[in-house]
Amino acid sequence: MTAQPANVMARITFIQNDGVERVVEAEPGMTVMEAAVKNSIPGIAAECGGACACATCHVYVEEAWREPTGHPEQMEEDMLDFAFDVRPESRLSCQIKVTDALDGLVVRIPDKQF
Amino acid sequence: MSEDVIKTDAVIVGAGPVGLFAVFELGLVDIKAHVVDILDRPGGQCAELYPEKPIYDIPGLTVVSGQELTDRLMAQIKPFGAEFHFNQRVESLERLDHGFRLTTDGGTKLECKILVIAAGGGSFTPKRPPLPGIEHYEGTSVFYSVRKMENFKDRDVLIVGGGDSALDWTLNLQPVAKSLTLLHRRAEFRAAPASVQKMLDLVESGDISFKLGQVTELHGEGGKLTSVTVKGADRVTFEQPTEVMMPFFGLTMKLGPVADWGLDLQENLIPVDTAKFETSEPRIFAIGDINTYPGKLKLILSGFHEAALMAQAAHKYVYPDKKLIFQYTTSSSSLQKKLGVK
Repeated sequence: MTAQPANVMARITFIQNDGVERVVEAEPGMTVMEAAVKNSIPGIAAECGGACACATCHVYVEEAWREPTGHPEQMEEDMLDFAFDVRPESRLSCQIKVTDALDGLVVRIPDKQF
Repeated sequence: MSEDVIKTDAVIVGAGPVGLFAVFELGLVDIKAHVVDILDRPGGQCAELYPEKPIYDIPGLTVVSGQELTDRLMAQIKPFGAEFHFNQRVESLERLDHGFRLTTDGGTKLECKILVIAAGGGSFTPKRPPLPGIEHYEGTSVFYSVRKMENFKDRDVLIVGGGDSALDWTLNLQPVAKSLTLLHRRAEFRAAPASVQKMLDLVESGDISFKLGQVTELHGEGGKLTSVTVKGADRVTFEQPTEVMMPFFGLTMKLGPVADWGLDLQENLIPVDTAKFETSEPRIFAIGDINTYPGKLKLILSGFHEAALMAQAAHKYVYPDKKLIFQYTTSSSSLQKKLGVK
């Protein structure tokens, strides 16, 4: 293996409801949900596999990251109706695409997806 | 009536795309099937989770929606006359000498020679909001569906949600309930526009009330709900008195009673061999997303392949004295006769 350029992976921090933090490396192009599932992050069920059809990959995006991650599109906003305890910082993590700009992203995982 | 037992060759649990195609493959080898599904229509996840979303990896179809794939499969299996039992879940499995007796939660009894589990991610069940103590109110004050109108008659009803189910039940229960309040996190609704308009008219006329917010706590005693705490849109909390609450947050999948049938399981999946797709128990097959084997891919097309091999293996149980000769639909006149094209 040759060393890869430092900007190839984005680090994402998942904070569980109990405060436990896990940092994972995600490849640009994948979604935050995929990064969570690939690293067995508890609390991201992602039942539908990323089709924006189940609302079981709900996360709260930390204040500083709300602009860089963008805002939910109509389909995601509609699907958030099926999530619990929805807040202004709520997103479905299958709809957040990882980019270099998201290196350092911090998201919180709700107590329960359902 | 309850002792009426339906006898058939095969019972397929699950009417998703793989369960439907199993009807086809079994039909080609003269095995008649009954299909049981918890939903009220065929299609499984394709119908429930992504009816309008495109699927790009069905061989021969550049793009197809979940609903269209379901419709096409229903047309394709029509010649085999499978019978469907919707809105039912198979609860119990009893072993007989050369097969099984299944009983559904709707009281239907089916006797079959082979059982095909094509249950995908499990049976769809309503999502239960993670509110502390909600289980104490379920069946008395908290309902996820309407089985008996009496539960709502002359009572204060709170409906939570903004989708079709929430809107439909708002309209249906309004004439029955003493009072009806619809609670949703925003003033937009992902539901049929006609239903939304009817609901808004009822708000306008004062027949129902609509409030913005999300439930955070339940209050009551002995299974009797008296009020709920709501976090309003402005983050200010208020108490909403109510006797009944119906939360509509969509459906989730649970393995359900299949887990209790005595089959080997690996993390809620059923291990099978890759020649016959048979489970740890002879005569019980598992195909589609519910099974597991080395290299398994949860793709609809993999499930179709599994259905074809399953049907070949199932033949010997249904016709122990007949030798199965492999034939192609393109050239076999007997298969074409079964398909009704000859």
